[in-house]
Amino acid sequence: MSVLVLMEPGDASRQTLTLARKFGEPMHAVQMNAVEPFAPDAVAAILQGAADELQASAVLAAGTERGHEVMARLAARSGLPLAANCVAVTPIPPVTVARLRWGGSLLEDALLHSARPLITVAPHTVPIEGGPEPADMDVRHLVAGLDKRDLLVRVSDHVAPSTGGVSLTTAKVIVSGGRGVGSKEGFAIIEELAGLLGAAVGCSRAVTSAGWRPHTDQVGQTGTKVAPEVYIACGISGATQHMAGLKGAKRIIAINSDAQAPMMQNADYIVVGDLKEIVPAISAEIRRARAGRI
Amino acid sequence: MLTEDARAIDTRHLGFTMSPHEECGVEEAVRIIEANKGDSVVLTLGPVEAVEQLRDAMALGVDRAIHLETDGQEWDGEATADAITDAIRADEAANGPFDLIFFGNESADSGGFQVGIRVAYALGRPCVTGLKKVTVEGTNVRCEQEVEGGRDVYVVPLPAVLTVKEGLNLPRYPSVPGKMRARSKPVAVSAPMRPAPRLELVSLAVPGGQGRRAESLGTGATAAPAVVEVLRKAGVL
Repeated sequence: MSVLVLMEPGDASRQTLTLARKFGEPMHAVQMNAVEPFAPDAVAAILQGAADELQASAVLAAGTERGHEVMARLAARSGLPLAANCVAVTPIPPVTVARLRWGGSLLEDALLHSARPLITVAPHTVPIEGGPEPADMDVRHLVAGLDKRDLLVRVSDHVAPSTGGVSLTTAKVIVSGGRGVGSKEGFAIIEELAGLLGAAVGCSRAVTSAGWRPHTDQVGQTGTKVAPEVYIACGISGATQHMAGLKGAKRIIAINSDAQAPMMQNADYIVVGDLKEIVPAISAEIRRARAGRI
Repeated sequence: MLTEDARAIDTRHLGFTMSPHEECGVEEAVRIIEANKGDSVVLTLGPVEAVEQLRDAMALGVDRAIHLETDGQEWDGEATADAITDAIRADEAANGPFDLIFFGNESADSGGFQVGIRVAYALGRPCVTGLKKVTVEGTNVRCEQEVEGGRDVYVVPLPAVLTVKEGLNLPRYPSVPGKMRARSKPVAVSAPMRPAPRLELVSLAVPGGQGRRAESLGTGATAAPAVVEVLRKAGVL
């Protein structure tokens, strides 16, 4: 018996290991890049072969886009249930999981009736703990034995991002605007502050629906999930779908004329007032602070 | 608000809408049919009230609907996919094969990330997920999937199953004539059996510790120095 983990670079996989260790040892790892260019059915096939050889008691992966995709394919081809976006697990049968639903605004306790629990771990939720590391599985024979049907869906090209700005997913600071910004032109002061901070510009769904910003700027459940050091929310009410994208944000500064807005209840720091005065004042203050330093 | 048994959201005072990912899937299907001729069909599994979302999809231009009606109980991803697969097989046997089947990448409520993929496997068709752009090119479909640092491109042969995300397109608003026509478009209703779930909901809860304790930095423009101090302490200035 063994616990199998699908690994990819980054903190999400370290969180996955934290939950995987609860299933005991030994642990083995298959790498997401076992096949390059990426072919999700092939990775799922390798994972299935590895799980069978190890008689794995459970298979876990990070709840990233690719983690979810490969695990769902593994579930489909193995005829097993899959519990996505788990934050906790009790490994004694019947296995119970706690998983995020509604973009993280609800927590579900569920029973996972399966001889081989398949679990993805919600990013930014599980505190990383140290412990035994998994042994990398030698999968060369599984790669060599792939059926060509499992290579039909495969990355054949890459398109570079169209926007030249700072990426939302990797930004250390995000300055984000909501309905309160008022118009497409109103984003000039948001962009100015973002420029001074080397920050990415984000927005809420109300803004993309109004056509003020492209969907690539949208933060939230159906937009981009972000994890900056600081998230500055300007005129964003803070609907649960928006907050679902902010789970990884270390600090939230909220600027809003409505002190009762949900965003103001979920922020670390709040400024009440008109963002059209406050945001330019912050930009001016940064310029002043930098000038004083020289 | 949760129901008393904490197994569902109390929806008595709520309205329903199609989720953003699915809305884009419907819009894309309608656009493809407008450009290439043919028929589009919308399918959902859900309670009686879900027929409203089917009508909304038909108001956007979808030709007919299939409603897999439930009694409101929770269906897990596996059971949902099985019921949808059966319905697609039955429809294809009667009306001919679908070239493309669209799903939302993940459901807004359950967030299982699996139904489209399971259906694709059951039907033995290629599946590409998380798409932000779809282009039919002859007997193939070119798909763009958003990833870190741009988009990955996949080209797969038709028939195929595609799971899509909001941002794929900007869905149109339904026109008044569209809404009128939707009323008379056919909805085929059936009630599949719900198998015992293998991912079985026990209870729902609002997660604790979500609220952060907000510290006021002041009011209006005079708060700017305090904001800059927070940025400095965070090491991002």
